[in-house]
Amino acid sequence: MEALEILQRVKSQFGDRVLEISEKKPDPFAVIDPGAIVEVGRFMHEDPELAMDCLSNQSGVDYKDRIEVVYHLFSYARCHGAVLKVKLPRDNPSVATLEGLWKSANWMEREIFDLLGVNFEGHSDLRRILMPEDWIGHPLRKDFVEPPEYHGISTVRESPIVRLDTKKK
Amino acid sequence: MSTLHTEEMTLNMGPQHPSTHGVLRFVVRADGEVMREAIPDVGYLHRSIEKIAEKVGYRGFMPYTDRVDYVCAMFTNQGWGMACEKLAGIEVPRRGEYCRVIAAEFNRIASHLLAVGSMAMDIGAITPFAHVIREREMINDLIEELCGARLTFNYMRIGGVGWDLPQGWREKALKYLDHFDPILEEYNSLISWNKIYVERLAGVAAVSSADAINYNLVGPNLRACGIKWDIRKDIPYSVYPEFEFEVPVGNGNWGKLGDSMDRYVVRIREMAESSKILRQALAKIPPGPVLAKTVRNFKPPAGECQVRVESARGDMGWYVVSDGTGYPWRVHVRTGSFAAMGIIQKLSAGLMIADLVTLIASLDVIAPEIDR
Repeated sequence: MEALEILQRVKSQFGDRVLEISEKKPDPFAVIDPGAIVEVGRFMHEDPELAMDCLSNQSGVDYKDRIEVVYHLFSYARCHGAVLKVKLPRDNPSVATLEGLWKSANWMEREIFDLLGVNFEGHSDLRRILMPEDWIGHPLRKDFVEPPEYHGISTVRESPIVRLDTKKK
Repeated sequence: MSTLHTEEMTLNMGPQHPSTHGVLRFVVRADGEVMREAIPDVGYLHRSIEKIAEKVGYRGFMPYTDRVDYVCAMFTNQGWGMACEKLAGIEVPRRGEYCRVIAAEFNRIASHLLAVGSMAMDIGAITPFAHVIREREMINDLIEELCGARLTFNYMRIGGVGWDLPQGWREKALKYLDHFDPILEEYNSLISWNKIYVERLAGVAAVSSADAINYNLVGPNLRACGIKWDIRKDIPYSVYPEFEFEVPVGNGNWGKLGDSMDRYVVRIREMAESSKILRQALAKIPPGPVLAKTVRNFKPPAGECQVRVESARGDMGWYVVSDGTGYPWRVHVRTGSFAAMGIIQKLSAGLMIADLVTLIASLDVIAPEIDR
């Protein structure tokens, strides 16, 4: 099925809990009510027409006024895919985990938690994955400011080009 | 024997361990020689490449993509190029696509050579590694003539490739392929069907096809579980539909379907298929330009897209969000190694500690690709 057809089928099943279906630019996507993401996921996983057996990609985007979690679902059985999104508030963003449906969500949700600070309710092992455990802040947020040092190690260094310039003079 | 339990030990493996292919750490909970679980700890090579993309702009990001997976940098180049082209609606000239396919398939052979060679080395056979490095160096020589670099290529551009094939390169490449096909046979007789080697791999850490999809394994790891799936065939991109090639899948001939030996054999057979693609591409390459004309100040319209490329480590997904300026709003790379690491904790239960090394090597994880 085409991506738009898939999203229309989800819309007809869930009505206004699918908040919006975007047109192609170039990939279409559907915005889902955050409270309904597990139900929508389960429907898309179990419906024989859609048979989304793989959560191919999950990522988060910070839009300055909201945070979006993006789900790229894919079906190996039918060779089609669709994109879902949930919009979350910027302070204390929280959404239910999809780990129960697709195991691959475990690590990808840990990454989103680490880099964007989204809390996934019901996640079995929600801790930082890429950054050190004692890191403060979430680096992929647009307002993140890098601390000047980490455990006494400076995170900025003098530019070697500037140093060469001063020597000449 | 199985009822005898000893005190549980917690062992640390890595981050600097010769068999972890980069910098990886495992916390192993073991009962004697048998693991209860191995918990991967990643992030040692996190260079925040996705954040860098937001700072350097579309064109400036191309050399950084090399560093996402430096063993097969052509595919990360191609993925980024294709994502930008899809956003801006640019069409790559046919010769440019052929150059991309030729460079990428040579890179796939080089990457698989390193994968199978280092796998043999991890298991204890040192000699095959010298053989694969010799072959890989020759491919690096060819690629060096193409783009001047041996590891981080930066060969592709948005809209095509940076340089056309140099004069006489086609003949050199064909000569190399004539040399490579018998070498693959030699390599197989040297190590692949060696009884000790096969027994070390067969039946170890088998993955069922349902698990492979659920945990999002991709590429050779997925095909080893018996799933005939290849982005080049099933969601075709570039000029791959013009070539005839097989998609090798695991068959469980040595032990169980989807075990370490199947993953190894799939990589060996993929090299032969890449060689086939290369011969056809080198024979059919059309004349013409290699780079589409694009505006200097590249600003794709606002929107978002995902492209998927079949890299040497499988389906690599580039998710790019554009806000209409010269800098991408968000870039996310879904890589094969990241997904493969997620399944290790599950697979390690009940394995011998020595087999953890086999498992990591057979999944062909590359640490920079996990952490990005």
